[in-house]
Amino acid sequence: MSVFIIRRLMQSVIVVAVMSLIVFVGVNVVGDPVDMLINPEADQAEIERVIRDLGLDRPLHEQYLYFVGNAFEGDLGKSFVFGESALKLIVQRMPATFELAFSALLMAIVIGVPFGVYAGMRPNAISSRTIMAGSILGFSLPTFWVGLMMIMVFAVMLGWLPSTGRGDTVEIFGIEVSFLTADGLSHLLMPALNLALLKISLVIRLARAGTREAMHQDYVKFARAKGLSETRVILVHVLKNIMIPVVTVLGLEFGSLIAFSVVTETVFAWPGMGKLLIDALHNLDRPIIVAYLMMIVLVFVIINLIVDIFYSVLDPRVRLKDAGQ
Amino acid sequence: MHFRKTLAVGAVAALLSMPGLASAETLTIGYGSEPSAIDPHYHNLTPNNSMAAHIFSRLIEQDEKQRLTPGLATEWKAVDELTWEFKLRKGVKFHDGSDFNADDVMATVKRAPNVPNSPSSFALYLKGKTFEKVDDYTIRIKTEAPYPLMAVDISTIHIISNEAVDASTEDFNSGKATAGTGPYKFVEWVPGDRVVLERYDGYHGDKPEWDKVVYKPIKSGPSRVAALLAGDVDFIDNVPTIDISRLEKDPNLSLSQGISNRVIYLHMDQFREDSPDITAKDGSKIKNPLLDARVRKALSMAISRDLIVERVMEGVAIPAGQLLPEGFFGVSPNLKPEAYDPEGAKKLLAEAGYPDGFKMKVHGPNDRYINDAKILEAVAQMFSRIGIETSVETMTKSVFFKRASRGGPDNSPEFSFVLVGWGSGTGEASSPLKSLLATYNKDKGMGSSNRGRHSNPEFDKVLDEALATVDDDKRAMLLAKATDIGIGQDQGIIPLHYQVNTWAAKKGLKYNARTDERTYAMGIVTSK
Repeated sequence: MSVFIIRRLMQSVIVVAVMSLIVFVGVNVVGDPVDMLINPEADQAEIERVIRDLGLDRPLHEQYLYFVGNAFEGDLGKSFVFGESALKLIVQRMPATFELAFSALLMAIVIGVPFGVYAGMRPNAISSRTIMAGSILGFSLPTFWVGLMMIMVFAVMLGWLPSTGRGDTVEIFGIEVSFLTADGLSHLLMPALNLALLKISLVIRLARAGTREAMHQDYVKFARAKGLSETRVILVHVLKNIMIPVVTVLGLEFGSLIAFSVVTETVFAWPGMGKLLIDALHNLDRPIIVAYLMMIVLVFVIINLIVDIFYSVLDPRVRLKDAGQ
Repeated sequence: MHFRKTLAVGAVAALLSMPGLASAETLTIGYGSEPSAIDPHYHNLTPNNSMAAHIFSRLIEQDEKQRLTPGLATEWKAVDELTWEFKLRKGVKFHDGSDFNADDVMATVKRAPNVPNSPSSFALYLKGKTFEKVDDYTIRIKTEAPYPLMAVDISTIHIISNEAVDASTEDFNSGKATAGTGPYKFVEWVPGDRVVLERYDGYHGDKPEWDKVVYKPIKSGPSRVAALLAGDVDFIDNVPTIDISRLEKDPNLSLSQGISNRVIYLHMDQFREDSPDITAKDGSKIKNPLLDARVRKALSMAISRDLIVERVMEGVAIPAGQLLPEGFFGVSPNLKPEAYDPEGAKKLLAEAGYPDGFKMKVHGPNDRYINDAKILEAVAQMFSRIGIETSVETMTKSVFFKRASRGGPDNSPEFSFVLVGWGSGTGEASSPLKSLLATYNKDKGMGSSNRGRHSNPEFDKVLDEALATVDDDKRAMLLAKATDIGIGQDQGIIPLHYQVNTWAAKKGLKYNARTDERTYAMGIVTSK
C-alpha cells in the first residue's frame, strides 16, 4: 500500500506542475490588474510604477519562471491587493470554508442516506415519490437563488436565523470555528444547508438505487432467511454495501464543496476562501487565483487518495495496488 | 468579540433579534466593498480611504460635499506663490495618548509616499512638495511652481503618529501601530468578516454618536438588502437601484440619497483616421466620422437623457451637461444637458456628410457603474434611430479597462466608442478636465484617462493656466472656460448623467449623503 501511495503522490506532483502552467498562463492573458488597483486620478508615471512593482512589465515566461522559483520555496506570490502572501491569505480563510463544507457533507449523509434508503425500500409509496421529486428540485434549482430565498424566508420574513456572516467564533487548536457557539451555529445552518442541497439530492439518489439493488441480492434474502430482524438487515447488510458508491461520490464531491462554495459564500457573506477567490477574480488578483487553484488541485488529489484508502477498508476485496504493475 | 455579548445574551436573542436598533450604541453597517488594509497609506482607493477617515484625521478634511474644512490644521494660506503655511491644531491627542504636533506631520509625509507593495500610492499628492517644520505647530510647504491644488492634495493624507513612521502595513492591520486622531479607535479587523471601531472620547471635532461601529462587508447587493430587512445590520450602502422603490415603501426603513461627483459619459475616438469599430453601412472602410465635431454633437443630441434616467436608472440619476454637477468648484454656468433632438441630429449628420449614417460598435463595462450595460444598450438604440447602426459589446471591468486604455497598438486605446464614468476625487473640475480632456502627455502626467485622445491646444492652454492660478475666483473661471471649450465647443466627450447614490437605514437613522460616495459612520445620525 505504501508503494501505491508514494506513486500516487508523485503523479500528483506532475498534475500540480502542469496545472500551475495552465492556470498561470490562463489568468495572465486576461485583462490587467493595474486598472483595478489604481486610483483613477493617478498619472501615467504612477501607473507605470505599479506595473513595474508588480512585475507585469516582464515577459510572461520570465514571470512564470520567477513564480516557479519562488513556489519551490513555498512562496506562491504576494497578493496584488493585500500585499501579503497569497498562501497565507488563503490559509487564513480556510477554516471557515472547511467548516462550511464539512457541515454540508455531514448534512448530505445524515439527511440523504436515511431518505434514500427509505425511498429504496418502498419505491412506490407516495412518501418515497415525494422524496424523489424533492431531490429533483434540489438538483435543478440554482444555488444562489435558493440561498436568497432561504434568506428571504428564514431571516427576513420569519426572523429565525441571521442572514449573513459567520457569527461568534471560538478558537480551538488555534483555529477559529463557529459551530461550537449557539450564535455561530445559527449563522452556519443556512449556508451549510444551501451548500448541501445538491449533495443531499445526490446521496438520496445513490442510496435509493443502491438499496433497490441490494434488496434483491442473495445475501439480503439469506439474512432474512436466517431470521435476522429487518433493522439489522438494513443497518448492517444493506447499508454497508450501498456505502461504497456513496463514499466514492461524496469524497469527490467534497472537493467540489470546497472549491465551489464560492456562490454560497458570496450570497451569505461567509468569510471563507471562496469569497476571497471571487474578490480576487473581480480585481484580477492573480497570485491569489493561482495559489487558490493550485491548492484546490492538491485537495482533490489528496481526497482521491483518501477515498481509495477508504475503499479498501469498506470492501476487503479491494487491494490497493498500481494498475500499471 | 465582547461587543456581541452585549447585544446577544444567547443564541435565542440573536435569532429573534427584532427589527429596530440592535443596541442603542452599537451601529452595524453592511457595506459593499472592503478595504484591502487598515494602513491609511497603503492603497489609495475609496474603500480604504473611507475606512481610514474614521481612525485618522487629516490636516484638512472634506465635508459631505467635498468642501475643505479645518481638520488638524486650523488655518492655511499661501504665503507667496510657491509657499503654503499650515497652522496646526493644539491640544490634540492620538488614541494612544501621545500629543499631536508638527513632527507627526513630518513623519506622515515621509511614510505616505513610500509604503512597500502599495498598489496605488499617495506619492501622487505629495510629489513636488517640500515640507518644512517651522515650529511645533506650524508647517510650511514649498513647491517649484505655483500650485493651487495644495489644500486639496493635503486633504487626502491621513496623519499618523511619528512613532508609527517605520511601521509596516501589517502593524496597522493588526492594530499595533493604528493610533490616529480620528473620531473612532480601531479595535479589530477580521478580513472578509468585520472591522470593529470604538468611539474615541478625546476626538477634537464633533463627538461621534456611536459607542461601537461594526462594518460588515456584504458584497452581494441582494444579500446586503436582505441583511438590512432581517435586522442583522442597521445600515447599508450601495442600495441596488432595482430595490429602491420597494424599500421606499417599507415603513421600517428610511433611505438617504445624494448626488455624487461621478459623471457617466461617452468617450469617442478622436485620434485615428481609421477607427477600428466604425465602418460604412455596407461594411467598407470609411474615414473616422467621430473626428468631426458635428458628428459628435449629433450623437449627443440623439440621446434622450431623461429617458435613460427615468427608465434605466429608475429615476435615480441626474442628466448631465458637463463633468461635475452644479455647485462644484469650477463648473461652467453655460453648459446644460444637451436637449433630445433626433431630427436636428439627423440634419447635423447630413451636414457632416453622413446622411445615411454609418455602422459602429460601442463598448463598455458591465459590472463597474450602476446599470452600465443597460445604459449603453439604450444609447445604442437611440443612435440607431438617427441612422447609425450600432451594436453593443460589454465585458467585465477587469478586461474592459485594459482594452479601453491600452488594448490597441503601442498601448493606445483599443475601442472607437466607450462608456465610462469619472468621479472627481478632488471635488472640483480640474480632476476630470486634466484626466479626460487634456492632451495625452505622459511626461506631464496629463490626459492619463483620455481614452478618446481629445486634443485641443487652446483647451490645454486654458487648463494649464488654471492649474497655475492660486487665486480661487480666477481659477474657477478658467476651469469653467476650459469646460466650455472641451465640451461645449469640441464635444470632446458626451456627458450622460451624474450618479445618485442611495443608502438605506432602519427607521430612525439617516445619512448625510456624501458626494464622494463614501460611507462614514460619522454621517449616520439618529433623526428626531
